[in-house]
Amino acid sequence: MRATRGERVFYFINTVFLISVAIICLAPLIHIFAISLSANEMVTSGKVTFWPKKFTLVGYEYILENKLFWKGMYNSLIRVVLGLAVNLLFTVLAAYPLSKETSRFKQRTFYAWIFFIPMIFGGGLIPTFILVKDLKLMNSIWALILPGAVPIFYILLMLNFFRGLPNEMEEAALIDGASQWRILFTIYIPLSLPALATICVYAILGHWNSWFDGLIYLNDPNKYPVMTYLQTAVISIDFNKLTPEEIQKLSVLGDKTYKAAQIFLGSFPVLVTYPFFQKYFTKGLVLGSVKG
Amino acid sequence: MSAKLRDFKRNLPYHLMLLPCVIMLVIFNYIPMYGVKIAFQKFIPARGMFGEQTWVGLKNLTYIFKMQDFYIALRNTIFISFMKLFLGMLTSIIFAILLNELRNNKLKRTIQTAVYLPHFLSWIILAGVFVDIFSPSYGIINKLIKALGFEPIFFLGSNKWFPAVLIGTEVWKEFGFGTIVYLAAIVSIDPSLYESAIVDGANKWRQIWHITIPGLLPIIILLSLLNIGSILNGNFDQVFNLYSPQVYRSGDILDTLIYRVGLLDANYSLSTAIGLFKSLVSLVLISTSYYLAYKVADYRIF
Repeated sequence: MRATRGERVFYFINTVFLISVAIICLAPLIHIFAISLSANEMVTSGKVTFWPKKFTLVGYEYILENKLFWKGMYNSLIRVVLGLAVNLLFTVLAAYPLSKETSRFKQRTFYAWIFFIPMIFGGGLIPTFILVKDLKLMNSIWALILPGAVPIFYILLMLNFFRGLPNEMEEAALIDGASQWRILFTIYIPLSLPALATICVYAILGHWNSWFDGLIYLNDPNKYPVMTYLQTAVISIDFNKLTPEEIQKLSVLGDKTYKAAQIFLGSFPVLVTYPFFQKYFTKGLVLGSVKG
Repeated sequence: MSAKLRDFKRNLPYHLMLLPCVIMLVIFNYIPMYGVKIAFQKFIPARGMFGEQTWVGLKNLTYIFKMQDFYIALRNTIFISFMKLFLGMLTSIIFAILLNELRNNKLKRTIQTAVYLPHFLSWIILAGVFVDIFSPSYGIINKLIKALGFEPIFFLGSNKWFPAVLIGTEVWKEFGFGTIVYLAAIVSIDPSLYESAIVDGANKWRQIWHITIPGLLPIIILLSLLNIGSILNGNFDQVFNLYSPQVYRSGDILDTLIYRVGLLDANYSLSTAIGLFKSLVSLVLISTSYYLAYKVADYRIF
């Protein structure tokens, strides 16, 4: 069917509009990238928009010497790996029994409440903080892993996926004498790779982007994950914590270029992996939110 | 062997699988719930959560209602978060409808990739970006404003503009990702409805108004209901990394107040009391929203 004149006008305007919005979503990142490659005086005089002015790599060169930044990257990597492993283990272990019908697993309702209550009520910042302190987890990476070890949201996603798998496989395996553990690990998990991939992406990003727990639970900047490091060194910069040498360097280099370079590099791992993980993320969201 | 015992034995693996999670939840979720008792104590940190503390009754809770900062933060939280939810939903719905009208699938996917991206970035990164963009001296937005002949605006330092910056940047970050749910709902609308509308001579606008929007209504109602529960969450990550003392009046939210009172002033009991107020009100709101979502849309969580 041929489009009417009015429709063609609509399609044209709509396309232009959508493309402009897409550009607005990317523009701030391009801008910060351009700043990170421009001389500081070009930035402070407002000459940089989306293309570097007086191209320089000095911001990135300075980062190369910045031990805390790389330590932060390394700490974040460790945190992601450890946090992901713990999150996945607990997700799978909880989701499988919770996916069973109440007729099969009578105590399911009781357990479901145990998992549901933390979704609607929490102790809040200070009681959790004091607990972590009392447990002697302060200044340890476990303070960043354990409080969020049982991810209720992922469990919900996973259990809904498990529910969609046909029951007959489990019944057949049970007749063959397979244990529930075996059924979970050799039948259910291999069939759930799409859902697991989604949860992996959620968990990796969640751990990579976290910064607040690092700020309140860790005292030693050498242990900060990179986002916590960026928060303290770039966003709310505390001059008392800088060495005189660093202050000297900053005043020579100017901080705009250097800050932008750190911000950009901090987001870099997400930016380069984003095209690959995007589809899992969106799939999981639809999986989790528009169920019957 | 009694039926009960047999039943237990058969389900034993289930209990064993759940046990580690339950232990972790008890320690890291249920003990902090018990820990809200700090709000009713004159808490001395050195003695720990389980140590001997002096009880002060409702003193802390009544005190927060005399704090001007508390009222300011409460009002800001509700205003900022309501505007974020409302404008965020509106933007997502409109964008999803327009995106659905795009017939070039490759372009559609490219646009989706671009608009989802900000959702995945931490507020630390974005705060760093926005401080540059909104700077009154060298930021690109003010450069544009100056080019149009107006006075530069100190967006992050003015009480008039700061809430708008919070709302605008959050909508910018999240609207794209919000479209996913609506796009999925639009796809599930019966195509024969559109076909018969075209036969009846309905133009694009009428198709959207009479088919797409009514088709989206159930999910819009459901998400609006579920959003009620998060009205006291102003987004700590965002506010904390963009605000400064001169905009506390318009930008301080409950979570940032709880942080400052608790961890900067080390007034644990008072901070817990504010946190408890927030948790209790949220509890009522979330329960109501889940109940309504269950009644209206048959929405179940577990």
